[in-house]
Amino acid sequence: MSGASRTSEVLEITTTAGVVQARQQVRALAQQCRLSLVDQTKLITAASELARNTLVHGGGGTMTALLLEERGRRGVRLAFADRGPGIADVDLALTDGWTSGTGMGLGLSGSKRLVDDFVLDTTPGAGTTVTITKWGR
Amino acid sequence: MADKHVSERLIGLLSVRGEDLGAEWAERVTGSLGGRVARAEVERELREIYTALVAALADGSLDGHGEAFGEVRALLTELSRNRALQGFTPTETAVSVFALKQVLEPSLAGEDGDVEAYLEFAGLLDTLGLFTIEVYARTREELISAQAEQLLELSTPVVKLWDNVIGVPLVGTLDSARTMVVMEKMLQALIDTGSEQAIIDITGVPTVDTEVAQHLLKTVVAARLMGAECTISGIRPGIAQTIVALGIDFGDIVTKATLADALRHALRRTGNTVSRTAPQAGAR
Ligand SMILES: Nc1ncnc2c1ncn2[C@@H]1O[C@H](COP(=O)(O)OP(=O)(O)OP(=O)(O)O)[C@@H](O)[C@H]1O
Ligand SMILES: [Mg+2]
Repeated sequence: MSGASRTSEVLEITTTAGVVQARQQVRALAQQCRLSLVDQTKLITAASELARNTLVHGGGGTMTALLLEERGRRGVRLAFADRGPGIADVDLALTDGWTSGTGMGLGLSGSKRLVDDFVLDTTPGAGTTVTITKWGR
Repeated sequence: MADKHVSERLIGLLSVRGEDLGAEWAERVTGSLGGRVARAEVERELREIYTALVAALADGSLDGHGEAFGEVRALLTELSRNRALQGFTPTETAVSVFALKQVLEPSLAGEDGDVEAYLEFAGLLDTLGLFTIEVYARTREELISAQAEQLLELSTPVVKLWDNVIGVPLVGTLDSARTMVVMEKMLQALIDTGSEQAIIDITGVPTVDTEVAQHLLKTVVAARLMGAECTISGIRPGIAQTIVALGIDFGDIVTKATLADALRHALRRTGNTVSRTAPQAGAR
């Protein structure tokens, strides 16, 4: 994996308060990496979406945050993991506007567009992990 | 039945020295509360509990959860609630019950059966003590959720900006509970002021994700159903870019960068005109 990890924090997301905490933690990390104001907002919003998916669709899980450094650049990597039902049709889930519930169906596909790197790893019946990375200048 | 024997012995212990045991109990409890509750008040509370306790024991029961102790639990509920609302700690609250153990100790002259009676009584007081802690915790939780509700009300003011124009400045995140309050207040203000324009300002909202956007859209639709027009203002550059990247479509809802822009738009829509008067001499 690229870059040296600096810190690693694990946050439980089991209630809506966990989603709020995730946003606050990501805000602090984004500022540490000196992301621009616009990039901070993008990363926090993506984290908010994925944290809520972990809670709502995954039945709760964790967010693991990692500060990265590579060739003088700093970045934030966030992994949202749950042991929920998993996603049977990944392409469908990543289709703008598709939702299995009452949402807008834009959280997953939208957060992919908000970050530099997006990896979706899911096994039906076993759980889902979404890992995103955003680099500073 | 052993219980019967034990409760008889306890009633004996508690009533023979009833007066001074009660006084001693009140003394200890008042001391533990650091004088923040008047001695007379403590004595009155404990006297009632003492009487109810002896009456319950007279029923031959030692089960703190049982029917016989209903009155005792009612009195303890009142005591716990008061302590919780007055800001005492759970320990300070439960001590009211546990102190009775210490008070009873010296009266045990070592007679056969006294130890058994004491142990049984200690178990009963443990049950009742834990009961006060439970009530205490419940009261605090109620208090906290009541305060959260008040905060919700406080943090969502609706202001009149102009004739027929109201403003709803939002600060913080918009969850479903908050949206309900905002929507209700806005709709009521539209009726009360007879306004036909509402401006929702989100300058103070740190992030707009799909959840917040959905709530905003619902609020705008509700205003429209009342015949009013809704403008969303205070969309900062970062938020605008995020909304676009997420793919959220605000449809035909008018959005403006600043509250001033939104007000100008609303005034135009209500037929008001805003114009500059000729600049005063030398002002340019
Ligand atoms: N962690 C997860 N576990 C299981 N299913 C998931 C998970 N994350 C997403 N999904 C599925 O993918 C769908 C699309 O997710 P997406 O976040 O885009 O939309 P949504 O959560 O339904 O609505 P919103 O736009 O409010 O986020 C969800 O409806 C859900 O069925
Ligand atoms: Mg979602």
